Amino acid sequence: MAEESGGLHIAPMDQFRVESLFGGDIAWYTPTNVTLWMALTVVAATLLMVFGARGRAMVPSRAQSAAEMTYGFIYKMVEDVAGHDAVRFFPYIFTLFMFVLFANLLGLIPFAFTTTSHIAVTAVLAFTVFFTVTALGFILHGTKFLKLFWVSSAPLALRPVLALIEVISYFVRPVSHSIRLAGAMMAGHAVAKVFAGFAAALGAFFFLPILAVTALYALELLVAVIQAYVFTILTCVYLKDALHPAH
Amino acid sequence: MEGDIVQMGAYIGAGLACLGMGGAGIGVGHVAGNYLAGALRNPSAAAGQTAFLFIGIAFAEALGIFSFLVALLLMFAV
Amino acid sequence: MAETAASGPGMPQLDVTTFSNQIFWLVVAMVVLYFVMSRVALPRVASVLADRRSAITADIAAAEEYKLKAQEAEEAFKKAEADARAEAARIVEAAKAEMQEALNAQIAKADAEIASKSAESEKRIREITANAVEMVNEVSTDVTKDILAAFDVKADARSVNAAVKAQMKGDA
Repeated sequence: MAEESGGLHIAPMDQFRVESLFGGDIAWYTPTNVTLWMALTVVAATLLMVFGARGRAMVPSRAQSAAEMTYGFIYKMVEDVAGHDAVRFFPYIFTLFMFVLFANLLGLIPFAFTTTSHIAVTAVLAFTVFFTVTALGFILHGTKFLKLFWVSSAPLALRPVLALIEVISYFVRPVSHSIRLAGAMMAGHAVAKVFAGFAAALGAFFFLPILAVTALYALELLVAVIQAYVFTILTCVYLKDALHPAH
Repeated sequence: MEGDIVQMGAYIGAGLACLGMGGAGIGVGHVAGNYLAGALRNPSAAAGQTAFLFIGIAFAEALGIFSFLVALLLMFAV
Repeated sequence: MAETAASGPGMPQLDVTTFSNQIFWLVVAMVVLYFVMSRVALPRVASVLADRRSAITADIAAAEEYKLKAQEAEEAFKKAEADARAEAARIVEAAKAEMQEALNAQIAKADAEIASKSAESEKRIREITANAVEMVNEVSTDVTKDILAAFDVKADARSVNAAVKAQMKGDA
């Protein structure tokens, strides 16, 4: 491994280790740092949406205003992107958004564990969306759902080729959906760790990497929110394909 | 010796994989630049297209993340 | 952790032994969050938003009503103002007419006085003129008689008078 042979002792991937909270082997039920940070994510989302909006005030407080704005933002996104009949999936999409958003943001706390940087987590989220959407498409439209892959506006000769491409892109969707989120989270945290390692190695010029890390941190804050947004909006786009498969 | 050569190849490959990020950067810049050009031509229509801006950026960016992932796999998993 | 490093590859993300753990806790977290959101948070926020929207609609309706009332009040005020103006104009007109009438009466009276006075004056002037003519007649007759006497011309009084009268007429 790199960190053992070089002069720099940077282990950028160590922060992603899954560790048991109370020691011992990791079985499927063991409370780990995954458990801890997912619980904190749930608590943070609950604090904002339940206790923030507790006042039910006509003129909202700051927290209530934030809760209402988040609600309105996601509601409008579902309605605009996936259509009005997608509103019944709004709680699910909202849950996804809140979970990804708070997992990303809490992961930015130093020494935190970023649950969304793990392929296993994001793949479960993405494949849940994928299977739900596919099943929904077949339930609502039966075999007509397959017209999604048959581009009727293209010339007849091109259609089989396009159908092949469409099928491949359809099955790549959950992969890119999950790897995008995990990769973006992993990349930012690893780069931050590498820069932090430079600070130790540069001696008197330690402040340069620290300035870089500060700038990077601002970028990561943006990325954390945008990735949550992108994950949610892509879910809406896939949902739209299931509800209205016609091209 | 053989392990060293494998490791060297892995590192060189990781470095090459990072070139893919440049392509993703070009792609993201293209999407954002065209969005801005369109938004300046017709500012009233810009607000309704931000969702597509982010979707486009996400698709372009995903490819860069794939190359980053390949680099990571070469560094740590091979 | 020595055991995780030993059991898995360099990337903790690819350590398959932790997958079941992560997936289990993810499912638990998602289910809990889904129930909290869909049962508690979202209906509450939705009801608050609906309440606010209906309150705003009601307030706008009330404001509309008040606006109508204000318009009505303004119209009533304008009408009252117009009435008052008309009344004032009428009063002014009446006063003007009255004054004009009084003025006319005064003027007529003054005119009459002036006319009577001037008539009197004229009459006196005429009298004075008549007197003066008489006296001139007398004087000229006397003077003529005296002149005739001086020249020893016999002339009767009647022809002298007639000649003087004719002379005076021609002059006048």
